[in-house]
Amino acid sequence: MNATEQKKQKYAEMVKHASPRSTVLINSLKAFFVGGAICAAGQLIYNYIESLGFAREETGIIVAGILVASAALLTALRVYDKIAKFSGAGTIIPITGFANAIAAPAIEHKKEGLVLGVGAKMFLIAGPVIVYGTVTSVIVGLVYYFMR
Amino acid sequence: MEGLFLAFLVGGLICVIGQVLIDLTKLTPARIVVLFVVVGCILGGLGLYERLVEFAGAGATVPILGFGNLLARGVKQAVDERGLIGVITGGFTAMAGGVTVAVVFGFLAALVSSPGMKE
Repeated sequence: MNATEQKKQKYAEMVKHASPRSTVLINSLKAFFVGGAICAAGQLIYNYIESLGFAREETGIIVAGILVASAALLTALRVYDKIAKFSGAGTIIPITGFANAIAAPAIEHKKEGLVLGVGAKMFLIAGPVIVYGTVTSVIVGLVYYFMR
Repeated sequence: MEGLFLAFLVGGLICVIGQVLIDLTKLTPARIVVLFVVVGCILGGLGLYERLVEFAGAGATVPILGFGNLLARGVKQAVDERGLIGVITGGFTAMAGGVTVAVVFGFLAALVSSPGMKE
């Protein structure tokens, strides 16, 4: 009894020692290439929109809109989550991950109704982002107001 | 061409930071995204993030750190224009475009797609 438990513990420790380093490296490489590719795609779109004669700020909004809309579409087609399974943070950290975090739970909780399902659950992850983003922006704004 | 490469490199590296945090800490992806937005907003408030944007373009604006920076840029601009009122309008105004597109398309996605639907 005691012996088997000790063995179990030893095994768990061995797994803990053996796996993380290589998985972290592999996961990081995947995240690097997929995340980098999404940003490069963003830059391509940016260059194109800018060449149409839009101002810098407008261009930024248009690019974000295109990326976000594409990610929502890919989420509806069940493609985004497949890529996300492979690339981890590579699809979570770009702004497309924010769109996915809105669309995916909206789809997932559809059965709970259009109001409390789709309407409420789409903010499961986006809600906290907006809350903490807004609070931080107010603090930044206050500091800027008094220090400028 | 160089711009594309820099966007790829810097954007990829920012994602690696997120991945390492996921793998080596107990932080959930949701917490990391929130953390990135807050950090981006603070770096933006200090005027540091704009330098990365100048250097890496979409490599800095596309990661969610850039979303935080956008909030900071928006609130500073609003304070310049409207004073204290800008403190409470700047952040939301800056994120309006991205959030509206995400909400509208997320809503449409939920209308046309169902959980467990085969592709």
